[in-house]
Amino acid sequence: MWSSSNGTANVRKGRAGQLNRQHLQAQYKEILQAYLEGRGETQLYLAQQLGKWFLKQNVAPEEIIDMHLHTMEEMVDMPEPVRESFQLLTEVMIEYGNTYREHRSLRSRQKQLESEIEVAVTMQQTLLSEKVPSLEGVDIGLVSVPAKKMSGDYYHFVRHDADLFSVAIADITGKGIPAALCMSMIKYAMDCLYLTRLDPSEILFFLNGIVERNIDPSMFVTMLCGCYCLESHHFRYAVAGHEPGFLYRAKEETFYDLAGQGIALGVKRGAKYPEYSIGLEEGDLLILLTDGVTERKMGERFLQREELIGYLQAEVGRSAQEIADNLYRRLLELSHFELPDDHTMIVIRRA
Amino acid sequence: MTVPITIEIRTEQDIVLARQEGRNLSKQLGFGNIVQSRIATAISELARNIFQYAGAGTITIETVKEDGRVGVRIVAEDHGPGIRDIRRAMEDGFSTSGGLGAGLPGVRRMMDEFSIESSVDHGTRVVIIKWNS
Repeated sequence: MWSSSNGTANVRKGRAGQLNRQHLQAQYKEILQAYLEGRGETQLYLAQQLGKWFLKQNVAPEEIIDMHLHTMEEMVDMPEPVRESFQLLTEVMIEYGNTYREHRSLRSRQKQLESEIEVAVTMQQTLLSEKVPSLEGVDIGLVSVPAKKMSGDYYHFVRHDADLFSVAIADITGKGIPAALCMSMIKYAMDCLYLTRLDPSEILFFLNGIVERNIDPSMFVTMLCGCYCLESHHFRYAVAGHEPGFLYRAKEETFYDLAGQGIALGVKRGAKYPEYSIGLEEGDLLILLTDGVTERKMGERFLQREELIGYLQAEVGRSAQEIADNLYRRLLELSHFELPDDHTMIVIRRA
Repeated sequence: MTVPITIEIRTEQDIVLARQEGRNLSKQLGFGNIVQSRIATAISELARNIFQYAGAGTITIETVKEDGRVGVRIVAEDHGPGIRDIRRAMEDGFSTSGGLGAGLPGVRRMMDEFSIESSVDHGTRVVIIKWNS
């Protein structure tokens, strides 16, 4: 295995570097001379600024020592031991120079990785960028914000026909890139499963098989999968270990937990997911969320579900999108503008 | 034109000797002070790798001329365990010499040309060149 850099290019680079170096050295000399004459703070300030310029020009620390030595040699008659001592200093500084060069190369690699992540982020946004369907008789709002660059939350809306649409919300354990990779698998699987028009409990059953076979045993996915009938306003759903959502009964002005039991996806082969059904009256709300919404640290303590209900109650009269937006903003303020986990909330209101 | 000098590397004293030879030759060829030190450091790193991981090997230092320019070429050769994963060894942050020294990526950056050949159980050969521009 042979690798070799191009020598000619290096020579050319070297000459340009030399010219530049002469210029830098002249500047250094000027400042040093002025300093030795007056010992003024101005020169020290200029030296500090020059240091920044050196860094920008990628001048290594050992070169600055060399520059100092040469300048001093030109200006004063240096005792031999002082002059010789610079050799030792240079040897020590070469190690710092090596570390400095390594740092520079690692930094450029970091930039490269960051731009790769940017591409992945854009890809993921394309995967997730489903429009919230506009439906007659039902108002839907959505907010989904990743904690890091990439999200481990997943949501999905599909309109099957005139009177039926599906909604899904999922949370992959962990966050960032590993969660995002797993999220894309869920997305592709869901795209296939929706084609078959299965019931929510069947979708979770099949999805559990896929997740169980394909992800690391330390990871799992929680999910709520539902089907809303626009004619009867019945919502059928199944839950796989997911953070319970809320059901708001307008008549009673009360929030209830959206009950449902089922083990998280990827944990147990062949797990079954019971189906639940609720009817929505006019003004009723369904609120689906991921645990990034609820597991919120506010100073020293965690947000309580009762508090969350209080904040939701204050927004009840607004549109579904406003409820989702306002809640996101409110919670962000309460957690001092820190978002430790991906935050996704879907609000569905029967008009 | 000088004859190639080969230094057997068995002890730390040999590393010092190799550095010295490299520095002397670069001085003769008119390299600047910093480059002389960088050449010595690069030799030091390669020789230390031999000393630490292979136990024994050689450093050969010689003058090279090409297209009207002059340079110093250093060949470090051993018959030690070899490097299992060269790509990793050439990665920044993966220093085989355990903290001390720049490792191979550092050597590569200080030089103009760098090539490495290594096979497990057969040894390693690194060739570096620094041109006097």
